[in-house]
Amino acid sequence: MPYDVPHAVSPGLWALAWRRLRSDRVAMISLAIVVAFLLMIVLSATGLIAKDWAKEVGVNYAPPTFIGPEASTPTGAAPGAASAAAPDATESEVDREIPDPLADALAAIEAGATKPGEAPPPAPDTKSVDPLADVMADIKAKEAGRAETVVARAATLPFGGDKWGRDVLKKVIQGSQTSIFVGIAAAIVAVFLGSVFGAVAGYYGRWLDDLFNWFYSVFTAIPYLLLILAVAAVLQQKGTLTIVLILGLTGWTGVFRLIRGEYLKHKGREYVQAADAIGASNARRMFVHILPNVSHVVLVQLSILTVAFIKSEVILSFLGFGVPVDVVSWGSMLNEAQNELILGKWWQLAAAGTFMALLVTAFSLFTDALRDALDPKLK
Amino acid sequence: MTAYIIRRVWQMIPTLLGVILLVFILFNWVGGDPAYVLAGKISSAEQIENIRRQLGVDQPFYVQLWIFIKQVLTANFGASWSTNESVSHIMATRLGPSLTVLVPLLIISTLVAIGLALAVAYVRGSLTDRAVMIVCTVGLSVSILVYIIVFQYVFAYKLGWFPVQGWGDGFWHNLIVYASLPIIILLVVSVAPDLRLFRTFVLDEINQDYVRTARAKGVSENRIMWVHVLRNASIPIITHVMSQLPGLLIGAFLVERFFSIPGIGREVILAVERSDFPVIKAITVYVAVATMIVNLLTDLLYKAVDPRVQLK
Repeated sequence: MPYDVPHAVSPGLWALAWRRLRSDRVAMISLAIVVAFLLMIVLSATGLIAKDWAKEVGVNYAPPTFIGPEASTPTGAAPGAASAAAPDATESEVDREIPDPLADALAAIEAGATKPGEAPPPAPDTKSVDPLADVMADIKAKEAGRAETVVARAATLPFGGDKWGRDVLKKVIQGSQTSIFVGIAAAIVAVFLGSVFGAVAGYYGRWLDDLFNWFYSVFTAIPYLLLILAVAAVLQQKGTLTIVLILGLTGWTGVFRLIRGEYLKHKGREYVQAADAIGASNARRMFVHILPNVSHVVLVQLSILTVAFIKSEVILSFLGFGVPVDVVSWGSMLNEAQNELILGKWWQLAAAGTFMALLVTAFSLFTDALRDALDPKLK
Repeated sequence: MTAYIIRRVWQMIPTLLGVILLVFILFNWVGGDPAYVLAGKISSAEQIENIRRQLGVDQPFYVQLWIFIKQVLTANFGASWSTNESVSHIMATRLGPSLTVLVPLLIISTLVAIGLALAVAYVRGSLTDRAVMIVCTVGLSVSILVYIIVFQYVFAYKLGWFPVQGWGDGFWHNLIVYASLPIIILLVVSVAPDLRLFRTFVLDEINQDYVRTARAKGVSENRIMWVHVLRNASIPIITHVMSQLPGLLIGAFLVERFFSIPGIGREVILAVERSDFPVIKAITVYVAVATMIVNLLTDLLYKAVDPRVQLK
């Protein structure tokens, strides 16, 4: 072999886009933040972090650690000391702190009261009127076998505590999981619908095009938020999946318009004619040949819609039309924070607001960079 | 021109029919039997049967659809399910407060965004430009809820510069006293995205040949930006501003809710909370009609701004 002709494989669209993206410092930083958030919600969904977010670990409205405990808030419960006096007091910390001058007297009365009650066993008497007496006795017996423990509650928490003393840091991680999941899932639904509708309308044209354009004009005639609220009013059943469907089923119009335009442009191109000549079916031409050529539009739309849907979910959940009450999201946290702010407890608002702003900023910057990288002509 | 308008109005009919059909399917079918929603949880079979007859839902679906179309055409949606106030009265009385907030907002925010966009695009690539863009992106990312909660708390509750909430009588009183803080909040929220968008519109024009020619003729920079560039950038700007118009009516609902402004947006929220179907249906259909009319006006406005535009 006298001479080996060097031939370089020219990089494809994705490799080129990735190279452009790599050189963009802002894009890489925001990508890192987005990936960190995604990692966080995966860890939280699998129960590795923030699993016990609902546990009331701190005192009510525990302030963040860097502020220090509030003067008026009791610093946790002294373990063991309180439980002896009255079991009821375990719930309200304040009771235990203020020395009760009548506590001894009360204990004496209670001790006195139980003794005569125990002496003549009233078992046959109660049984005849109280059908649950047996069950109650059973419960009492079980209760006696267990040691009562008093949980010490922290006076401060890293990001503060909410009304029930739950850790705001864990709560905001849990909230991120809900909000980001809803955003991504709804974006996938919307992009899928928009792409399929747009592909069918743009590729086949004629009456199918007219039909989908009619759908499009109907859905865009109603302002987006109003449409969402109308659907939310109808679907009384609340759930994370419901909100995903509401956002996804109403949000496909933008994707549809873009994808339809792309298919109109592509369907007359030579490579599609070539595919026709080798006998590729319509579906194959649409989704195997053309789709990869418009996939950058799909990807950018997916990214844009995720941000838009996260914002919508927060607003819907804030209003109480979103996720159910036992699920925490950024929106429901902001709803609680609204009332807490009047009491001067700003940390839940700060936590939810900051987490959301951080993710949305990073996601938007990344989306801009992604669009520039995939379509350098736009710049 | 007249022929164009007539044709456009004619083309609205299928869209309007679609909207009516969509709303009908949503509220009469997807949501289950409306009679159960109206009757509430505790009701006897008789009561439900009674309500079904009153609402007409015991009729076949095409009769029900015809009832709904008649309601839309005669603007008679009956009474609200929760307050018994007639729906047309609700629509008429809630529009004023909404517009009191929205019209000044739209004018101020458009002017501010255009001014800033021209300024920022003029110094494109500079530190100022990039700083403003970063502030916009970050500002956009903070939820509107956070702005409302914080502004209301700081400026109304703590500092007492504005009433915390409420609405009075008299246009000027409402505008100055009650509407100012909501307008300020919405300005903060709406200028950032507008500015970003308008900047790209201006940037598309600023490198065109006619700008260079104007400069070569010795036209002042101010005149180039405010007359030559702005006039050419105005078509996308008008499209954007007009397309926002109907959405704003609803989009201001958060502010209306926080500040107890008796507008259309707050009415929608209340209606959704109370499952007050007639009110939601009426607002949805009429806002859709308004959207279509605004779209037509937008196209007519193009012609006024740019004589080269051919209306087809």
